[in-house]
Amino acid sequence: MSGAYYEKIARINLTTGEIKTEQLDLDLAHKFIGGRGLGTKILYDEGVATVDPLSPENKLVYITGPMTGSNSPSSGRYMVVTKSPLTGMIACANSGGIWGAKLKFAGWDALIVEGVAPDWTYINIVDDKIELLDAREYLGVLSEEIDDRLKEKHGADASVLNIGPAGEKQVLLAAVMNDKDRAAGRSGTGAVMGSKKLKAIVVKATRKQLDIIADVEALKEANKNCLKIMSGNALTGEGLRALGTASLVNIINGIGALPTKNWQESYCPTADEFSGETLAEKYLVKPGACYHCPIACGRIIKHDDKVIGGPEYEPLWAYGSDCGNDDLYTINEANRLCNEYGLDAIGVPCTIAAAMELYQRGYIKEEDCGGVPLEWGSKEALTEWTKRMGDPQTELEWLMSSGSARLCEAYGHPEYSMSVKKQEIPAYDARAIQGIGINYATANCGAAHVRGYMIAPEVVGIPVQLDRTVTEEKAVWAKTFQDLTSVIDSMGTCLFTSFALGAPEYASLLNAATGTAWTPEELLEIGDRIFNIERMFNKAAGMKPEDDRLPKRLLEEPISNGPSKGMVNKLSVTLPQYYEARGWVNAFPTDETLKKLGLDECVGK
Amino acid sequence: MIEVRLFATLRDGRGKVLQMDPAVISTAGDILQKLEIPAETVAILLINGFHSKPENPVQDGDVVSLFPPVGGG
Repeated sequence: MSGAYYEKIARINLTTGEIKTEQLDLDLAHKFIGGRGLGTKILYDEGVATVDPLSPENKLVYITGPMTGSNSPSSGRYMVVTKSPLTGMIACANSGGIWGAKLKFAGWDALIVEGVAPDWTYINIVDDKIELLDAREYLGVLSEEIDDRLKEKHGADASVLNIGPAGEKQVLLAAVMNDKDRAAGRSGTGAVMGSKKLKAIVVKATRKQLDIIADVEALKEANKNCLKIMSGNALTGEGLRALGTASLVNIINGIGALPTKNWQESYCPTADEFSGETLAEKYLVKPGACYHCPIACGRIIKHDDKVIGGPEYEPLWAYGSDCGNDDLYTINEANRLCNEYGLDAIGVPCTIAAAMELYQRGYIKEEDCGGVPLEWGSKEALTEWTKRMGDPQTELEWLMSSGSARLCEAYGHPEYSMSVKKQEIPAYDARAIQGIGINYATANCGAAHVRGYMIAPEVVGIPVQLDRTVTEEKAVWAKTFQDLTSVIDSMGTCLFTSFALGAPEYASLLNAATGTAWTPEELLEIGDRIFNIERMFNKAAGMKPEDDRLPKRLLEEPISNGPSKGMVNKLSVTLPQYYEARGWVNAFPTDETLKKLGLDECVGK
Repeated sequence: MIEVRLFATLRDGRGKVLQMDPAVISTAGDILQKLEIPAETVAILLINGFHSKPENPVQDGDVVSLFPPVGGG
């Protein structure tokens, strides 16, 4: 075994019950790092791009990175990589907590799950022993209770990943939950688990830390340096611990980029009511941290008589201004319901917002609403429709649980779905922030903020302050951020470290742990390779150039209120610049680009 | 009047929203001085929603927002 990989993958066929241990191809691991990169490469090579996402032929890869479980800062990430039933393209949902680290401690770099179980099953892992167990008693049970009951059965030191009722019913907005309130939330990975009748994965490990480091002293030194930079950085040192990601509500509103009422407005006068400041004042018990994380951005809140994981910036916005609501208690409750039913806490509220606009315009009728009209700001609508989307019964409930793109299409008004590649757009108005629009349009998983977080330079001033209103140089910035993010995700490190760290620091960590000798430039080229293999997966899955788009509202409807009034996104300017920077023509890499990146297997495809 | 909006830790002991007399304020930096806010603790300074610097002028009717380091989505 060599540094930071246990070189073991478990291939679990749920149809036959066969469990095989496969040797990790170390050269491939180094070429794609691990996590997001290696997971996508495995699925591309195994022909998953062309299968029906909810069929037994789809595969679920639960994969760690080389840094996962190490003693480096914020290194507890794992990813669920699969073909998304929501987008029909690559899904890579990334989560923290402790589950990913424990999978690694148990000695597994990844699990590849195939087929469909004859009846509801869960996977139980204790170090190198893997067994399939009967999960029928957990059907219909909410996610937190499943976590409690499986821990009761297998021991408090077990870590549990599971799907709630939403995943069971193959709801396209279903998330994979782990450690109660952590979610591999986006792109419908929970529905893929449901389609395989896989309810949960329990992991226990004797090992308490990654214990195969190529150069222990070098990693110690790299960790020390990174921790010093992170603790001295205003954001990773104290800002995120104090207010969490929720601190963004007021700043994004302050610049007039907080989408309101399904993006009909971009400034919400009462945003402070659901801001990080108010969350801290009224509900915060303490900050929460994932495995080995000094940042502690999580919010542990008091909710009724319980202490639970609280909302991040995204659900605060989406259940807040995007649905015309400023009641923070309702947001906390709706966010809790997303965790309990196992739902994407971005996709669900954004779809409710789209439904509220369809209701406002008279397309959804009151009589269709089952006694809970979809009125802007209705507290009852937010909580009740979240429950309904987590366990749909009626035609409208099913439609809404399939996301805003399918909902609005069914009503003949796709223009009200604020989505890209059928995935809902996160909480930053790309009319007021030009560069984030490039990322929304081109992210391979559909609209996402965490594939190239242009908010850092365009709003927060990290690493430098760019003018958010202009298009100049944004294409190259977006590409660079996307490439670096591909690296960080694949390492199993949390993206939030990048508020303080850059490519040289990531190279120092990865090289020490794995024994590679990448320069920062080479590392970014690996990121480029990963982004391109994702794109080639999408091409094989049937993606078209017109899928790199933004909703018409962002391109043609100027912002109607607030500081950014009058602005639109100029994607027609930035997208060609972006393709040029990537070496792509018509949304796809040229053969020359593929060869340059060492993706010869994709040439001519 | 000039409306000054304070966020996160900058609210401590100062409040959320203050009105300041434009007769005694000519730049955003003057506001920081009056409120005894060290410039290095302000990560983001907005005048009417746009990123600005302490030396930028402010006038009657402007909204000035001051944030310590915030971020992360």
